[in-house]
Amino acid sequence: MKKIDTRQGWMGLLAKAPAEAVGRYWAALGMAPAFTWLRTPEIGGVMVRGRMGGTGAPFNMGEMTVTRCALRLEQGGAIGHAYVQGRDKAKAEQAALLDALMQTGDADSVRVGVLEPLAAEMEAVAATRAAKAAATKVDFFTMVRGED
Amino acid sequence: MYVAVKGGERAIDNAHAWLAEERRGDTSVAELSVAQIREQLALAVNRVMAEGSLYDPDLAALAIKQARGDLIEAIFLIRAYRTTLPRIGNSNPVDTGAMACDRRISATFKDAPGGQVLGPTFDYTHRLLDFKLAADGEAPEAPQATPGNADVPHITSFLNRDGLIQTEEPGDETPPDLTRAPLEFPASRALRLQSLTRGDEGFVLSMAYSTQRGYGRNHPFVGELRVGRVAVEMEIPELGFAIEIGEVQMTECETVNQFTGSKTEPPQFTRGYGLTFGHAERKAISMALVDRALRWQELGEDNIGAPAQNEEFVLSHSDNIQATGFLEHIKLPHYVDFQSELELVRKLRAEVAASAKRDAAE
Repeated sequence: MKKIDTRQGWMGLLAKAPAEAVGRYWAALGMAPAFTWLRTPEIGGVMVRGRMGGTGAPFNMGEMTVTRCALRLEQGGAIGHAYVQGRDKAKAEQAALLDALMQTGDADSVRVGVLEPLAAEMEAVAATRAAKAAATKVDFFTMVRGED
Repeated sequence: MYVAVKGGERAIDNAHAWLAEERRGDTSVAELSVAQIREQLALAVNRVMAEGSLYDPDLAALAIKQARGDLIEAIFLIRAYRTTLPRIGNSNPVDTGAMACDRRISATFKDAPGGQVLGPTFDYTHRLLDFKLAADGEAPEAPQATPGNADVPHITSFLNRDGLIQTEEPGDETPPDLTRAPLEFPASRALRLQSLTRGDEGFVLSMAYSTQRGYGRNHPFVGELRVGRVAVEMEIPELGFAIEIGEVQMTECETVNQFTGSKTEPPQFTRGYGLTFGHAERKAISMALVDRALRWQELGEDNIGAPAQNEEFVLSHSDNIQATGFLEHIKLPHYVDFQSELELVRKLRAEVAASAKRDAAE
């Protein structure tokens, strides 16, 4: 399982997760902490860069949509940030709340109730694709030549 | 005489209302949802994202629906939307070596580490219409096998190890951005690659094809073609570290091209590079061939005057939104322009007629 114990890890997981899945686990968690916005959800673009030849100097490819926000929990004052792929403001809000809660005493419930099952679900999808790709791997065999 | 013209509002409103009705088509046929376009016309969605220069499959699918399947119109809609987005930042350069590959083939090395993985490809199909698709939407489940855990290294890294191919010097300089500053010539390779990756697929294909037919031949082999998902990482200033902000499907093509050498350097292969959003093999291969052709100067080759060697020609004409904007504007009202032309022609004809009459009289 990919590391979700670090802040980098869980923020990355939430950024890549489908909005539907984040919403589903968030609802199942059943928490509704009071918070104040530090930055209301904002939709923007991030310029994605590649490298020439895969490893060389960088160049600009094109943008991707990203939604970001930041908030502070009323209780305890933990600050949650979110930078998530796409244009779903609800997903960004949930991701920021989860990020904030991971810095509180609720961290274990969030990890068990949201992060771990979400990571497992996404890993299963990736594993299925990898297995389908593996089934299309070519096995070469050499024909015996008959001339001599 | 200048005549200001007003009017046509009602005609325009009614034309747009009819457009909406025609877009819907026969209402006894089920309406197409944006999700259906995203899932079932994925390659059209990919093209709109690549040339619209914005990775967002839902938006691209919506644009295709709104444009009635006219992909250049859809790209136009995405480009227009893109300009309204605040720029949050720039990603770290993506690591395509860490791509989760759906497909990875090499035309140069049969036994490449990681293997030849065909993925969901049209290659080796017979290109016969499949009438089963017209009958029902059932699809068989794809077989699965146990994936090897081995890395899938870039093929060119093997050639690189032996010094057989020109190295790509890594760097961290900020690349120029043609969405922020106008294109100027001579353009850097970074700017050429940005222009090519958002360029019209048909145009880039034709330019690449022209090099194969002899107009700037560069003897390409597809060293590697890979399609898959790549994580995108960005530094977050308020956190002080980088996080993954998403995952993007990309197609990457590395070509191994004719070698060069000199008195001081032994012969070695050269490279062309293509990288696009989505699954877009034709585009990625084309991009790599054109990239290579445009590098003639840096690689000390002769300019034989081939169109694909002319960066001003290639980069100024690869953008289908610029092209269609300038081309299609000539169908919009040019009454005043035309009136002046008309008056000029009438005057010239009158002069010719008058002088002919004079000649006849003499």
